[in-house]
Amino acid sequence: MLNYLLHRLATIVPTLFFVSVLIFGLQQLLPGDPAMILAGEERDPTVIAHLHQKLHLDEPLPIRYLYWAGGVLKGDLGESVRIQKPVLDLIIEKLPVTLELALLAIVIALTIGITAGIVSAVAKDSAWDYAANVFALWGLSTPNFWLGIMLILLFSVTLGWLPASGYVSPFEDLKANLAAMIMPAFVLGNAIAAVLMRHTRSAMLQVLSADYVRTARAKGLDERVVVLKHALRNALTPVITLGALEFGTLLSGAVLTEQVFTIPGFGKLIVDAVFNRDYAVVQGVVLCTATAYITLNLLADMAYFLVNPRLRDSHA
Amino acid sequence: MTTAAATGTATIPREISPGRRALDRLARRRGAMIALGVVVFFVVLALLAPGIAPYDPLATSWSAVRKAPTGVHWFGTDEIGRDVLSRVVWGTRASLLAGVVSVSISLAFGVPIGLLAGYIGGWVDALISRMTDAMLACPFLILAIALAAFLGPSLTNAMIAIGISATPIFVRLTRAQVLHVKVEDYVEAARAVGNSHLRIALRHVLPNIVPPLIVQATLAIAAAIIAEAALSFLGLGQQPPAPSWGSMLNTAKNYIDNAPWMAVWPGVSIFLLVLSFNLLGDGLRDAFDPRQR
Repeated sequence: MLNYLLHRLATIVPTLFFVSVLIFGLQQLLPGDPAMILAGEERDPTVIAHLHQKLHLDEPLPIRYLYWAGGVLKGDLGESVRIQKPVLDLIIEKLPVTLELALLAIVIALTIGITAGIVSAVAKDSAWDYAANVFALWGLSTPNFWLGIMLILLFSVTLGWLPASGYVSPFEDLKANLAAMIMPAFVLGNAIAAVLMRHTRSAMLQVLSADYVRTARAKGLDERVVVLKHALRNALTPVITLGALEFGTLLSGAVLTEQVFTIPGFGKLIVDAVFNRDYAVVQGVVLCTATAYITLNLLADMAYFLVNPRLRDSHA
Repeated sequence: MTTAAATGTATIPREISPGRRALDRLARRRGAMIALGVVVFFVVLALLAPGIAPYDPLATSWSAVRKAPTGVHWFGTDEIGRDVLSRVVWGTRASLLAGVVSVSISLAFGVPIGLLAGYIGGWVDALISRMTDAMLACPFLILAIALAAFLGPSLTNAMIAIGISATPIFVRLTRAQVLHVKVEDYVEAARAVGNSHLRIALRHVLPNIVPPLIVQATLAIAAAIIAEAALSFLGLGQQPPAPSWGSMLNTAKNYIDNAPWMAVWPGVSIFLLVLSFNLLGDGLRDAFDPRQR
């Protein structure tokens, strides 16, 4: 276990290094003097001079990278030019909103995706299987920002059941919070449900043809017990770990969903930063999402390793 | 003897190439063929947009602001009286262009880099793999948004941003396929007769990894079309007043309560085109490798 963990950690270090180079490199895409652009539309000479000094723009590129990376390691992701606040503070402030949205979306995706995957595999080549596959294709092909607009048209404009936009903290009013979050969470969960359905279907089909499932059936066990207790438990492991890799889709989707439903989260932060030319915020958000993705990937790998005895034995 | 030989030659069936067999299998898949038909329909729409669109997509009319669909304007009009149908037809160009150009960029960079990593191996492979991992760690759309933000908002920059963001997928796929193919006997044989590494890579390895690349490229076009629409929706792609499905949806969301038709048709168009590329990609995968079905 320790060997495996050390091996995985060793591969993460160069990946994180290249992520940092990539994100630092983004700044080099700006035409002309970065300080002039980073200073915003006012182009205050004092701000420009301050940025020159702060970003070490007169130093060679590798030295500038070392200064920047050193700051990042100390938790200094720069400062928002527009809001005049440290980027890390802004991210920490917006993160809970996106985390709540992501959590609700995952619950919806798991419920729909895994149920549809089980039904599809158990009733292979039936109308149910066909319907589940159509659902998966629908989920993968529907732009979530359009689905969001269509749901607003149906549930807010036509039926008047749910608010079209806005956010209420769950600590202020839980009911209003859920009413505001249910549509965006469904929109976000929809595409991931489609991916989970495909993974579950394929894992279940593999497991259902395994010898131990045949043995369980031969013992005369109820089909429901065979499917839910014997097959699903084994099929779910790869599904959950593969599902963790959908974190990127979740964050990408959150950017658009938060924009459609005007939710003040992580996604809206990056979009607003783009339009305010607040490049330090853009870099900070990309860095945080990439680091979170790498960490989650590591945790998923370790979880898979822990629950899979064959893998454990091979690294013993 | 001559007769026997002639008869023998006549009875040997003509060998069908693997590519031809794959195309035959694809032709038997109804879903994929319908999808191909829809893609061709949109391509024709994009090419013949000036002749098909009933109105100038940029022409405004203050007497026809936000008019519901009628016989005059089949898909209705937008907030400044432009014909929605004409804008949807012209918007096909931006979407298809973005899909094809972005994926071409990804292929142009991803395949040679993946080929290099897989064929050479060693530290070159390790370096390229870690760089690919780093790019894959940044969520696709977030990386595309960041690149488009730093490059500046335009359709060209959106295509570059999407193309760069999708490149690591092709690097990884090409590398994996090369690792599989380079140990095959025919590659060993080509090496044994003294072919150069470049010739082996280009003449013996590359042609044998094309099928999975075609499948991935088809599915990547679907993802690129959604990404372009998303960037345009956020204001980072096609700039107004030029028509694009994403930017049309961005405007439409502000008028959803009194002009819902503005949002319906651009979204339906994205959905149909993306669905068709996804179905075509699935069909091609099954046709090239029927064991995966």
